[in-house]
Amino acid sequence: MSMATIHTVQRRSPFARLRRNGSATASLVLLAGLLLACFSAPLTGAAIGIDATSIDLFNIAAAPSADHPLGTDEIGRDLLMRLLEGGRVSLTVGLAAALSATVIGTLIGLLAGYRGGIADAVLMRLADGVISLPLLPLLIVLAAIDPAKVGLPSELVHSESFSLYRIVIIIALVGWTTTARLVRGTVLSLRERDFIEAARAQGLPPSRILLRHLLPNAASPILVAMTLTIGNVILFESVLSFLGLGIQPPIPSWGNMLTGAQDLISVAPMLAVWPGLLIFAAVIAFNFLGDGLQDALDPRALSQHGR
Amino acid sequence: MTGFLARRLLQALIVLWVMSFVTYGLLALMPGDPIDLMLAGDPSVTSADVARLRALHGLDQPFLERYSNWLASAFNGDLGYSRLFGAPVLDVLAPRLLNSLLLMGLAFLVAVSIALPASVAAARRPGSVADKLINLLCFAGISVPPFWLALLVILLFAVTLGLFPASGMATIGDGGLGDRAAHLALPVMTLAVASIAQYTRHGRAAMIEVMREDYIRTARAKGVPESTILWRHGFRNALIPVITIMALDFGALFSGALIVETMFAYLGMGKTIYDAVMGNDYNLALVGLLLATAITLAANIAADIAYTLIDPRIRLTGRRPA
Repeated sequence: MSMATIHTVQRRSPFARLRRNGSATASLVLLAGLLLACFSAPLTGAAIGIDATSIDLFNIAAAPSADHPLGTDEIGRDLLMRLLEGGRVSLTVGLAAALSATVIGTLIGLLAGYRGGIADAVLMRLADGVISLPLLPLLIVLAAIDPAKVGLPSELVHSESFSLYRIVIIIALVGWTTTARLVRGTVLSLRERDFIEAARAQGLPPSRILLRHLLPNAASPILVAMTLTIGNVILFESVLSFLGLGIQPPIPSWGNMLTGAQDLISVAPMLAVWPGLLIFAAVIAFNFLGDGLQDALDPRALSQHGR
Repeated sequence: MTGFLARRLLQALIVLWVMSFVTYGLLALMPGDPIDLMLAGDPSVTSADVARLRALHGLDQPFLERYSNWLASAFNGDLGYSRLFGAPVLDVLAPRLLNSLLLMGLAFLVAVSIALPASVAAARRPGSVADKLINLLCFAGISVPPFWLALLVILLFAVTLGLFPASGMATIGDGGLGDRAAHLALPVMTLAVASIAQYTRHGRAAMIEVMREDYIRTARAKGVPESTILWRHGFRNALIPVITIMALDFGALFSGALIVETMFAYLGMGKTIYDAVMGNDYNLALVGLLLATAITLAANIAADIAYTLIDPRIRLTGRRPA
């Protein structure tokens, strides 16, 4: 009974701590608003009768007007709707790639930390190796791989959303290292604790010890690492899409919207300002949120930050 | 010390060797086929000719065989030919590598000379207005998309104010030192932003931790002047984790350089790798990637040596301090 009480107190206080953190709360509100606006864009667009795909060549790079609240882009599409649609894509890719990277990182971290020995040494040297690589050139080369030569079916390769899957996969392949190190560290510190000892003594299989006893205790660092990874992933996606190697038009993303805007920068600078501003806002919000979560979930870390 | 360095070098060589294998494997997965590209010039070749061409260029051999042949010629300094530039890849990459190192070196110097004082200023009074402002700027610095920052910088400093040239390495027909410097100003500034933010965050955290140590309290109790405590006792000890971050961040600096070089049409390694991928010159792209990896690994080892110079207590026998 008393255990349960302590448990609730511990569970409630991180939220209270997070709420007291001004920048994290503001970030949470901003992200909620951004997600809501982007994911309801198709509905909103249908309701007010503007869509993100209708081209109007008589209205190229137009100034804001009643019909187009933020004006139009380089081929006369409504900028606001494009921004919301692009945000849906960029945020989805960010969340999906960060989630995949976190799953990979968690599995590797659990394995390395629990097994120790050679598995640990090999996996952690692998993580060191990936961390020390210049990631962007590597991602660019990975994005250039011919998917047919990897043996993917051609109907998948030629489908419109293939560029979405590709970018999620290549970012996940290089983005797992931070999570892996954090999880490994947590597992190492938990491994010798009594409750794990007890679980082993009961003869529980390693998979159950890992997933039911170690994983829940590593939840906080995983959550923090994932939140911070989302911000990084959105940055990588935007860069790759901007360079023409990420999300492929006609699917809009905040990154590839800037590709067209670059040529018109002296004529219509706002075309270049808006998508970048939204990337910036989303990334900084995820970073503030991750930082706030870290402080809220680990009070000891807060004291290190100094109050 | 030598034993440790030898081990680190060996580790780096292993990483490089693994990367060369991966890189060579990637080469096989790139779109197009070297023989197909040759065939495009001559529609009258027969399939027997194709087979003979494959044998001539060793493309009929199994993958591992081809890789070891490639490795052998790479050791002899033959890394192949760039289709895009019509020259051996090393001749293409060498001058661009120097350009990149200049860009990155300058950005690094700018970043260090801003980040270190900023982190001490922030850590002097944690939670103060100055600290909060520096912290906010740091978050902005790590969150801003670098290519967008480059666009804004071009828009403001080159298009609107006309202070600096927006792209290129030098004005044609000029190319003096002042001209080169003017062309470097915007790229260096843009590239430094992310590093300033990253170093300052870690520098601040390290300073705050160090300033809690007993020897700082002892120094205060002895009446050592606060500035001496801050810089001689605090800062010097806080430098060690910061150097680790700088070394680990070198790969990110290279990634940043790729973006900045592309945005400002600066002829560096990163832009070359990107142009090579876009122009289907995969051999150039992959050798460039391999070279970039080698430099990053070298930077990591350089950081290990830097520890001993900063902190004589570190003897480089065990693992590097976290």
